[in-house]
Amino acid sequence: MMFMTPQTALMIGIVAPLVTALLTPFLGVRANWRDVAGPIGAVITFVAALHVAGDVMQGGSPEWVLATLAPGIDLSFRVTELGAVFGLVASGLWILAGIYSVGYMRGNHEKHQTRFAAFYAVAVHAAMAVAWSGNLLVLFVFYEVLTFSTFPLVTHKDSKAARDAGRLYMSILVGTSVVLLLPAVIYVWVMTGRLDFVSGGILKDAVSSEVVPWLLAAFAFGIGKAALMPFHRWLPAAMVAPTPVSALLHAVAVVKAGVFTMLTVVVYVFGIDFLSASGGGTWLVWLTSFTILASSFVAITKDDLKARLAYSTISQLSYVVLGAALATSIAAQGAALHIVMHAAGKITLFFCAGAIYVACHLTKISDLDGQGPQMKWVFGAFFIGALSIIGIPPTGGSWSKFYLMVGAADAGMVFVLAVLSLSSLLNIYYLLDPVARAFFKPKTRQVEVEWHPLTVWPPVITAGISIGLFFYAGPFLDLASAMVTR
Amino acid sequence: MTLSQIIANLPGLVVAIPLLLAPVVALVPLSSLAWVLAVVGTGLSLICAVLIQGSVTGGASYSYFLGNWPPPWGIEFVVDAASALTVVIMSGLAFIATLFARQGLLAEIAEKDAGMAYAAWLLACGGLSGLVMTGDAFNLFVFLEISALSSVILIALGSGTDRRALVAGYNYLLIGAVGATFYVIGVGFIYAVTGSLNMADLAGRIPDVPQTTAVMVGFGFMMAGILVKAAIFPVHIWLPAAYSFAPSAVSALLAAIATKASLYVLARIMFTVFSGTPDVTAIAVEFVLIPLALGGIFVGTILAIYENDIKKLLAFSSVAQIGYIALAFGVASTAGVAAGFVHIGNHAVIKGGMFLAVGGFAIALGRRIDLDSMVGLGRRMPITTIGFLICGLSLIGLPLTAGFISKLYLVRALIEADMIFIMGLVLFSSALSVAYLWKIVEVLWHKPTVSTPVPETPGLYLPLWMLAIGNIWLGVAPAPLIEAAGRAAMQLVGGM
Repeated sequence: MMFMTPQTALMIGIVAPLVTALLTPFLGVRANWRDVAGPIGAVITFVAALHVAGDVMQGGSPEWVLATLAPGIDLSFRVTELGAVFGLVASGLWILAGIYSVGYMRGNHEKHQTRFAAFYAVAVHAAMAVAWSGNLLVLFVFYEVLTFSTFPLVTHKDSKAARDAGRLYMSILVGTSVVLLLPAVIYVWVMTGRLDFVSGGILKDAVSSEVVPWLLAAFAFGIGKAALMPFHRWLPAAMVAPTPVSALLHAVAVVKAGVFTMLTVVVYVFGIDFLSASGGGTWLVWLTSFTILASSFVAITKDDLKARLAYSTISQLSYVVLGAALATSIAAQGAALHIVMHAAGKITLFFCAGAIYVACHLTKISDLDGQGPQMKWVFGAFFIGALSIIGIPPTGGSWSKFYLMVGAADAGMVFVLAVLSLSSLLNIYYLLDPVARAFFKPKTRQVEVEWHPLTVWPPVITAGISIGLFFYAGPFLDLASAMVTR
Repeated sequence: MTLSQIIANLPGLVVAIPLLLAPVVALVPLSSLAWVLAVVGTGLSLICAVLIQGSVTGGASYSYFLGNWPPPWGIEFVVDAASALTVVIMSGLAFIATLFARQGLLAEIAEKDAGMAYAAWLLACGGLSGLVMTGDAFNLFVFLEISALSSVILIALGSGTDRRALVAGYNYLLIGAVGATFYVIGVGFIYAVTGSLNMADLAGRIPDVPQTTAVMVGFGFMMAGILVKAAIFPVHIWLPAAYSFAPSAVSALLAAIATKASLYVLARIMFTVFSGTPDVTAIAVEFVLIPLALGGIFVGTILAIYENDIKKLLAFSSVAQIGYIALAFGVASTAGVAAGFVHIGNHAVIKGGMFLAVGGFAIALGRRIDLDSMVGLGRRMPITTIGFLICGLSLIGLPLTAGFISKLYLVRALIEADMIFIMGLVLFSSALSVAYLWKIVEVLWHKPTVSTPVPETPGLYLPLWMLAIGNIWLGVAPAPLIEAAGRAAMQLVGGM
């Protein structure tokens, strides 16, 4: 890739998913070509993201200015350390999710596969643009585009349940972003006269510390995609979508765009030192702790596998927001790492849930009793993914949990350690429960198992990635520490 | 006439061309020729407007004396950043609506009425441009009447498809006449006190005369009249019926430009003519304009949510959008007035496009469009539907469309003016507005009862797509409009 400058790579990473989306309808009549286009677009995007991340690690920050949105505010892309991390996660997992979704949609004989593939790629485009946005306004722009482009995916089944879920999805995500996030962004713009991302933040001398908790609240609740309670209900509702959507978008791209935005705001707009000095983040530490535990308790009560995973996601997202709210450099690094680690783990779990559904149309955990031996690979992958979410070595999830705990101790918030430990115990209970039932309980239902191979290999690979991230977390650790020290 | 003479007379020509062509068009027996002349008229008018806009980009402003009679006796046309921007927006939209009218208007009116219809069309365009260009308070009344009477004819033409158009036209005639009368009574009071009718002259004289009740009453009557014409809540009652029963092409024309001219006049009178009595205008803004604007925003949005007839729904939405513009003017800062002008431009492009799309649906399906008839149109008429959708997403302020830029600048102006509570109301209503668009979007791709594709003709969807692309262009690269709006605001309130 010697011929590619970081800036070209940036352009390719933004444009490739969009081109994939635009080509899809034209390839609609040739299903094989259409279904190859997605993964090819994903590989191109991922290579570009690798290149961009490499440049950022060496201290670069590639930039691409497209147009002027407002005096002094360009429609531009510029990659921060955190943006490089999120870009890698979104594009890398898109490769596997793209392959998986072909298997899922075909194995399940879903309708409107072309429309599905096109909006899927648009959503990834929006996620990449969020990751690499050059300022807060551009970030907001693509945050909204992400909401609207995922709506047709959530309502894909066109049933009454899907439509109701679509309404809830739109009203919470659009409502919070318009009523809280947008004015927060504009307030920062009015107070500082700028919106670009600067290490150490831009608010330090512009607003007094009494304003900080309120402004932080406008961001924390305005970023509905971070699914902080009480604005979390859209996420379980979105599970009505086909599983590839839940896997890539509602475990990786969309929700991670939410927590990514939150972390970006804290690190590059507030500045960790300013937030910590003002003490404006303390209330958020309590609220995220509450969300972590409360959604775990709800998850235990869910018998539907995808619903349980959704509540687990809500809990895990609050880990990232917690890392931001603690406002120490170690905690922020832990939050950045958790974006990566949770993505790999949770996408594995969703891949498995979808694979089980395609194979034998089981959705309830109570029906999984004794099915393990028939589906060894899938439940094996589920086990590894669950370990990573819980945070047990040798999986990637143990790194982020470790950093978060050190960060909490650093901030002098010892009760957070208790919250994180209790949460791990709850995770063990409700995530390992399906695996234990599948292997150790007697079979209650005889089902016909009919695999689509493209649904089995992606979870196995992502499970492998979860283990790999334990041994090769180096580049992400470097980017995370560059985020807070540069 | 030499070229330089033409250039010197541009401010007159932008108004005169459509007005003078109107009687010619009325006599043309051939409907296609009448349409060609209407396109030529609005097209030339647009060229003039663009040239005028070009001449004021440096911040220049100048006057044009009709018949070379100098003011305060003669009638003066004022060319500055504010009037030039408004006129360029209006004539651009009028031109695109005229392109649509080739097939759009003839599908809904009798062939023999075509000549008269295009004549009224040109009169409305010329009258509304005159409203913006004039610098004379009484001459403004004349243009108000020209545009109102021709609009009534255009609305009543809808009786070919729906007899309720007659009532709608009649109501507009009556209510519009009341508005115009109020305005002219106000002008009478001010004339009695100051002895002048020229706006610039008035602005200089009003602070010098004793601040009697006469000035306040005159101001009050003038404002009340303009509020009726601009369809500010609660005197918007003529608008929903007028927009929804007029022929589709007329709805698009009126929705895009009619109230915009009156909103401009509102700003002009408040901020320049009465700039010398800031305490009077401050009362009007604080106790009248802002509360009524907020009322319009919420009433319009809520009525739109419960409305199933699409043209009526769009009309209610217009009441709300007019509220946003009035509210922006009510902020009364440079940033606020600039936000108002930005939304005048953006809303013209948004709502013009949506009415064109609904017109396309109505003509293709041969029926009034309600929510049920929209079911599955995404599959049956994809080109028109996607155009409609782009404009609709712009209406609710999706980023990368024009509507988002409007919202951004309105909220920014409100924060700068420390009107945080009002900002909260604006954003809440903006989130509500998603509801009425979304109930349409939901049904567009449902399985239709009849699933045969409907043929779509370029004559109907090309004008729509010009506006749809305009929405995206103004959302991605809005800098020229924002700068022009900023200059317009400086022109009107810069001195305050």
